[in-house]
Amino acid sequence: MFQRKIGKQIAILAVLIIFWASVQAMVGLGIINPYYELNLILIGINIILAVSLNLINGFNGQFSLGHAGFMAVGAYGAAIITLKTQLPFGLALLFGALLAGIFGILVGLPTLRLRGDYLAIATLGFGEIIRGVIVNIDYIGGAYGLSGIPKLTNWTLVFWLTVLTVIVIANFVNSTHGRATISIRENEIAAEAMGINTTKYKVMAFSIGSLFAGLAGGLHAHYFYTIQPGTFNFLKSFDILVMVVLGGQGSITGSIIAAVGLTILSAALQKLAALRLVIYALLLVIVMLFRPQGLMGTKEFSLKMFRRKTKDKEGKQHGTAIGQ
Amino acid sequence: MALLSVSDLSISFGGLRAVSNLNLELNKNDLAGLIGPNGAGKTTAFNMLTGVYLPTEGDIKLDGKSLLGLKPYQINHCGVARTFQNIRLFGDLSVIDNLKIAYHSHAKYGVWGAICRLPGFYSGEKEMYEKSMELLKIFKLEHKWEELANNLPYGEQRRLEIARAMATQPRLLLLDEPAAGMNPQETHELMEMIHWIRDQFDLTILLIEHDMSLVMGVCEKIYVLDYGQIIAQGTPEEIKNNRRVIEAYLGEEAS
Repeated sequence: MFQRKIGKQIAILAVLIIFWASVQAMVGLGIINPYYELNLILIGINIILAVSLNLINGFNGQFSLGHAGFMAVGAYGAAIITLKTQLPFGLALLFGALLAGIFGILVGLPTLRLRGDYLAIATLGFGEIIRGVIVNIDYIGGAYGLSGIPKLTNWTLVFWLTVLTVIVIANFVNSTHGRATISIRENEIAAEAMGINTTKYKVMAFSIGSLFAGLAGGLHAHYFYTIQPGTFNFLKSFDILVMVVLGGQGSITGSIIAAVGLTILSAALQKLAALRLVIYALLLVIVMLFRPQGLMGTKEFSLKMFRRKTKDKEGKQHGTAIGQ
Repeated sequence: MALLSVSDLSISFGGLRAVSNLNLELNKNDLAGLIGPNGAGKTTAFNMLTGVYLPTEGDIKLDGKSLLGLKPYQINHCGVARTFQNIRLFGDLSVIDNLKIAYHSHAKYGVWGAICRLPGFYSGEKEMYEKSMELLKIFKLEHKWEELANNLPYGEQRRLEIARAMATQPRLLLLDEPAAGMNPQETHELMEMIHWIRDQFDLTILLIEHDMSLVMGVCEKIYVLDYGQIIAQGTPEEIKNNRRVIEAYLGEEAS
């Protein structure tokens, strides 16, 4: 129970490698055309965004609406490094992510005293301020944005960075530090009385979330040649929020499922343009009506779920195994 | 020397003086009660002791060290733990997670250890699990360790709250109406348990309670609070026969 399950880890790694390699091969052979590849990369970026926002909104219970702002910081931070210096892409991504993480601390310290609606408005405001500031700095292209960013993001990088994000956040959540973070969502007064430094863990969750949003921003910037402040507006934050709420606040696998599903849906509905948002909104209303806790609630998807269910059934049939 | 000494503690909310000139002295291993009619300021006093409210005047000293101005989590680290009048468990988490969270300040691994899953993580988690299970056994909740705290019956939620407070490894335990909502049988078991943990863990306990059978049964020293002021203090026998206490509870004519 309390040791590394090497066998399981190797199995997961093997599955990941097989998946990555088969997609890579299909791209090489032309079975996956550039349009599908674009969507695969968008899925990866959206998973990073959704899982990182889930840490703030779902696990820590702090309702943030400014995630796109941190994505913008990461996108611009990384793009400036590749455009203005000769440093390698990896360092550019790291710089963008760290810059976004630092912004997360700076924004988090004053705003995380607020609760509920007030925090939502404050983070929304900060997201817009970040965008407003970018519009007014000519060095980084102002309202026109930055263009001519080399296309350095590829499937391999997106895939493994997505895996890294999920592992880091899942490991954080499933530790004493993650439990401290979750206790703040459950009952802040009790958490504080039980010796949890609530400010520290709120700012920590917020900055880790921002850091990965910045990473997603860096990947985004280096795939689409050009970035504009308008890309990172409130609607983008809202998009990410929808994924988190739909998947279940407090479920990493829920966020992944929702990010994959919604990215595919929005690609499939591209032709319908205006109707897309209607269908999107309708879907959200339906899910909220029938499953207000989101697809997964706070549970995680795992193969054990099925195993336990079959076990329960067997137990009932034999009339034993009560309270197992 | 006294473990907890409270001197001239007062707090005003606007014009209302909720607690005024509260003096309290608890020695190590004391089991004391704080009683008084509704609205007398008992919970307010607890909130000042645990750093939720900042007193307007006076001082709180734990083992000679002032707790004034410390945040609630810092006061907890100094060795003061509490329960709440209206139960405040981490309801959507399992029983054992509630305890593990309380053990957090004694965790043996850092954030990096958790993210990189260093060996310290596994041994740290194992230790937390074992310690939590031990406590659950003491509080007779071990068979429900996987259940959500919200799904426990009321009496067990109260017990879990005490267990959670114990998990922070306190020297001073403050219980805010631990028997509220319990039936006589449960109250009786609670009395025995309070006695037992005091002896077993070398604790000092201060409790607020309305159930006089519990207060008179376990407390060795009782403070009576009315309109924010201490009107009497002494052994249960002394309190039972104190005129001012009877007046406060039943009105003047009755005495």
